[in-house]
Amino acid sequence: MALSSVDLKIDSGDFLAIMGENGAGKTTLAKQLNGLLKPRLGRVTVDGHDTTKKSVAQLSRKVGIVFQNPDHLLFSETVREEVGFALKNFGFEPGVVVKQVERTLESLDLAHYADTSPFLLSGGERKRVALAAVLAWEPDYLILDEPTIGQDYQQKERLRNFILQLNSQGKAVVMVTHDVEFVAECNPKVVLMSKGQIVAQGRADEVLSDDGLIEKASLVKPQMAKLFSQLAGFGFPRDVVDVHRAKMLLAEKLSEVRVRVAQSS
Amino acid sequence: MAGTQEEIVAAHGLGFQYAGSNVKALDDVNIVIRQGEFLLLTGPSGCGKTTLCRCLNGLIPNFHPGEMSGELLVDGVSVAAETTSELSRKVGYVFQNPENQLFALTVEKDVAFGPENLGLTRDEIRDRVDWAMDTAGTVALKDLAPYELSGGQQQRVALAGVLAMKPSVIVLDEPTSFLDPRTAEEVMAAVDSLRRENGITVIVVEHRLDLVGRYAERIVVMDHGKIVADGKVEDVLDSEFDRLSGLGIGLPKVSVLWSLLKRDGLVNERLPTHVESAVKMLSERLRD
Repeated sequence: MALSSVDLKIDSGDFLAIMGENGAGKTTLAKQLNGLLKPRLGRVTVDGHDTTKKSVAQLSRKVGIVFQNPDHLLFSETVREEVGFALKNFGFEPGVVVKQVERTLESLDLAHYADTSPFLLSGGERKRVALAAVLAWEPDYLILDEPTIGQDYQQKERLRNFILQLNSQGKAVVMVTHDVEFVAECNPKVVLMSKGQIVAQGRADEVLSDDGLIEKASLVKPQMAKLFSQLAGFGFPRDVVDVHRAKMLLAEKLSEVRVRVAQSS
Repeated sequence: MAGTQEEIVAAHGLGFQYAGSNVKALDDVNIVIRQGEFLLLTGPSGCGKTTLCRCLNGLIPNFHPGEMSGELLVDGVSVAAETTSELSRKVGYVFQNPENQLFALTVEKDVAFGPENLGLTRDEIRDRVDWAMDTAGTVALKDLAPYELSGGQQQRVALAGVLAMKPSVIVLDEPTSFLDPRTAEEVMAAVDSLRRENGITVIVVEHRLDLVGRYAERIVVMDHGKIVADGKVEDVLDSEFDRLSGLGIGLPKVSVLWSLLKRDGLVNERLPTHVESAVKMLSERLRD
């Protein structure tokens, strides 16, 4: 069974990372959320509506999924058409479509590609076009399947800011990912999956610094967690996963040491 | 030691411009790679790293038309003088998107396809397929159809197919992107032991340094079609840190942490490339 006994609740404004090894059931779970897959046992509801009683088109208006491989999603001749396609199909006014497309392209740094064919872009850029095509209709719940694949560090930073901005507007963002370092920097709530089941849920810093859970989900600890688990003897907390917090803690301790050394000499 | 090994790849003034494009994808690239090296090729999207690898196995200019200039030798022979099938025995390529290179009905048949086309005996084919599937960790998948597999499993099957050709050089194009971190580490460790045991030359194309940095001895950084840095990983990371971060390369988090502490004057050692060396240096300082 790809999924079994999964209990999960997502609220508006949530930021969730579904993590686990290849084949753990992450993408299968994501597809349940907009009705692409319907449960054979159990129930999935979106805003109180049972997904078995709604069409994918109806659910998509609320739940937008951006797939791992952008090529499965792209088909238009220009980036502008691609991003406007769903908006037109949802019946928005032409004026609204134009405005919304411009805004989305601008925010994802794609405006200069508006008249280019999506297929002439690099893998990372096509991924952003696929994201723009979904964001354009402003779904309440956004599901991102491996959003960081093929993105360089600066693009990841941009993506991170973008997600935080959506969150602050009350949108729920769920990302399916095995990019532990990206999750460590974002600190969302982590849902850890293994063999079709949820094995843990909790804050990223708690989950990603827990050896037992990391082992269970076949993940690898972020570098900061590895570092701090080995520095625990110096009185540091173990649940440090991001560089920012690591730097603050170390800077404090190193300054103390320096003062001590200066005083004793 | 490196000086005694033979040159497996040598590019002199190599340039390439894709048909229909008005920028040079490769611009005066000069590089010598020796047999048995583990090289990390990195740079921002569109810097030319994939183009350079495509030249190595003849995909350029045979399948991607354009204008090539300068010289590129693989195993002492100019790539311009060889067919793609000859080159495929020398250079194995695991593509970024493994779906693009799997086509047989079962994993085992997919892995056997290359060797079957080399005119080997049945026993030799059998041996190679078994060895390749074992090395890439795909034995349990042998009767499955490639399209049933997850992205990470597909990538390992693609690697097995390449290994079965017993090439002198393996190119892995962003191997860790589709893999979960543990599988990525396993694949990297497997490739590294191949290098150590069989002297295979490994070229890994990556945005991220944290996973590969531990195995790679040498890093080559490209930008706008040119090689802008080339050296030992620790040296380049330390001396070119700002340039590398400016190019959007995913630097190991311990190196980033160290550069921040260094900026505040709290440490002065060279940037560590992996956690162990950071632990060592910090422990010494904190013990004072």
